[in-house]
Amino acid sequence: MTAVVEETAPGTGHGSTAAERDHTPIVITLRIRRFNPETDAEPYWQDFKVEADPTERILTAMMKIKAEQDGSLTFRRSCAHGICGSDAMRINGRNRLACKTLVKDLDMAKPITVEAIKGLKLEKDLVVDMDPFMQAYKDVMPFLITSGNEPTRERLQSPEDRERFDDTTKCILCAACTTSCPVFWSDGQYFGPAAIVNAHRFIFDSRDEGAEERLEILNEKEGVWRCRTTFNCTEACPRGIEVTKAIQEVKRALIFRRV
Amino acid sequence: MSATIENAPKIHGGGPSIESPRSKRSPRSTKTNFELYGWLFMRLSGVLLVVLVLGHLLIQLVLDGGVSKIGFAFVAGRWASPFWQSWDLIMLWLAELHGVNGLRTIINDYAERDQTRFWLKALLYTSALIVLFLGTLVIFTFDPNIGN
Ligand code: HEM
Ligand code: SF4
Ligand code: FES
Repeated sequence: MTAVVEETAPGTGHGSTAAERDHTPIVITLRIRRFNPETDAEPYWQDFKVEADPTERILTAMMKIKAEQDGSLTFRRSCAHGICGSDAMRINGRNRLACKTLVKDLDMAKPITVEAIKGLKLEKDLVVDMDPFMQAYKDVMPFLITSGNEPTRERLQSPEDRERFDDTTKCILCAACTTSCPVFWSDGQYFGPAAIVNAHRFIFDSRDEGAEERLEILNEKEGVWRCRTTFNCTEACPRGIEVTKAIQEVKRALIFRRV
Repeated sequence: MSATIENAPKIHGGGPSIESPRSKRSPRSTKTNFELYGWLFMRLSGVLLVVLVLGHLLIQLVLDGGVSKIGFAFVAGRWASPFWQSWDLIMLWLAELHGVNGLRTIINDYAERDQTRFWLKALLYTSALIVLFLGTLVIFTFDPNIGN
C-alpha cells in the first residue's frame, strides 16, 4: 500500500523507538487549516498540541481535539475504519484517509499538517463540497446496464471475467485520487480518476452492456484524454487501487474499440 | 485563481441518458474522436521526433566540427538532397503540430475564461500557420545560387 507510507525522521521510524513499543503517549502538533465561512475571509493555519499514542490514527487525534480543545473543528468521518470514504484529507501534503494514517508513520517531531482536499469548494475546515465529484461519478452511469428480459437465475461470470475489474470494485469514493490530480486542480471540468475507475468497474464487467455508452462519455473533451499519467491518483488511493492503470485500460479500449 | 476554479459549475453533457428498459440501445454517439487522435498523435510524433530531432542535433551541432561548419554552403549542400529536404520538412511539421497540440492542452489547463482561451488559441494557431507556411516555403523554394 503506497498511500500511507512516508519517510520518517531518524528515530521515529517503524518499530524502532521505545515509545512505539510500550505505547507511551507522546505530544504531537497538528497544524490544521481552518476555515469558517461565516467569520473568515481566508483559511488560516492553527496549531493544536495533543497527546497521542504513536500507533493511533490521525483521526483519533482530531476527534480528541474536537472533544477536548475546540468543538468547532469540523471534519467528516463515519466508519473510522477506512471503508466509508468520508475522511480523505491532505495530511503532510498528501491525500490520505485520516482513519488509516498512523501517527508513527509520519514525522512526529514536526507539526503534522492537515488540510482539506484540493480542487473542490472549501465549505468549512476540512469539509469540501463533494457535489461536483459525485456528479462526475453519476455521469459515467455506475450501475449495471443490460438489455432484454431479466434472466431467471443469477447472472453468472467466470473467475477470469471477474478478475478483469476486480481492482476497481474496491473504490470507496473518498475522492483522494481526483483531488490529488493536477489536471483536476486546474480544470475542474475533468471527470477525474474516481469517475473513470467506477466506469472501468462496469466497462470491463462481462455482464454489463453499457460499455459503449460509457466509453463515449469518457472519449469526450473532459474524459480520459485529459489524463497526463502523473500517477498522483495511484499514490493517493487508500484502497491501493491501480488507478492510473485503470485509466490506461480505458484509453486502450477506446483506441482499439474492443472491450 | 483558486476561487474561480472552486466556484466553477460542473457540467458534463447533461447527465446520463437511460432509456426505458425495453427500448433499443441508443446508437453509437456521433461525437468525434478528436481528443483520441490528438493523444495518439502526441505519442506517435514523439517517437518520430526522437529520431528526427536527435539526429538533427547530432548532425548540426556535433559531427564534422560542430556548429562552426554551419554556413550557407552547408545548408545549400544538404538541401540539394531530397532526403534531407524530406527530413527537415517532416521534422518541421511534426514538431510544430506536436508543440501546438501540447500548448493547446496547456491552454485548456490554465486558461479559465472562454475569452482568454479563445484568444490564446487564436494566437497559437496563427503563429503555427505562419511557421509552417514559411518553413515549407523555404524548404521547397530554397535557391542555392542566391548568394551569387
Ligand atoms: C524529442 C522527442 C519528443 C517526445 C518523445 C515527445 C513526447 C511527448 C508526449 C508523449 C507528450 C504528451 C504528454 C502527455 O500527454 O502527458 C508530449 C507533450 C508535449 N510536447 Fe513533446 N515530445 C518530443 C519533442 C517535443 C518538441 C520538439 C516539442 C516542442 C516543439 C514538444 C512540445 C511538447 C509540449 C508543449 C507538450 C505538452 C506538455 C503537456 O502536456 O504538459 N515536444 N511530448
Ligand atoms: S479510486 Fe481510490 S482514491 Fe479514488 S475515490 Fe476510489 S478509493 Fe478513493
Ligand atoms: S472514516 Fe470511513 S473511511 Fe475514514
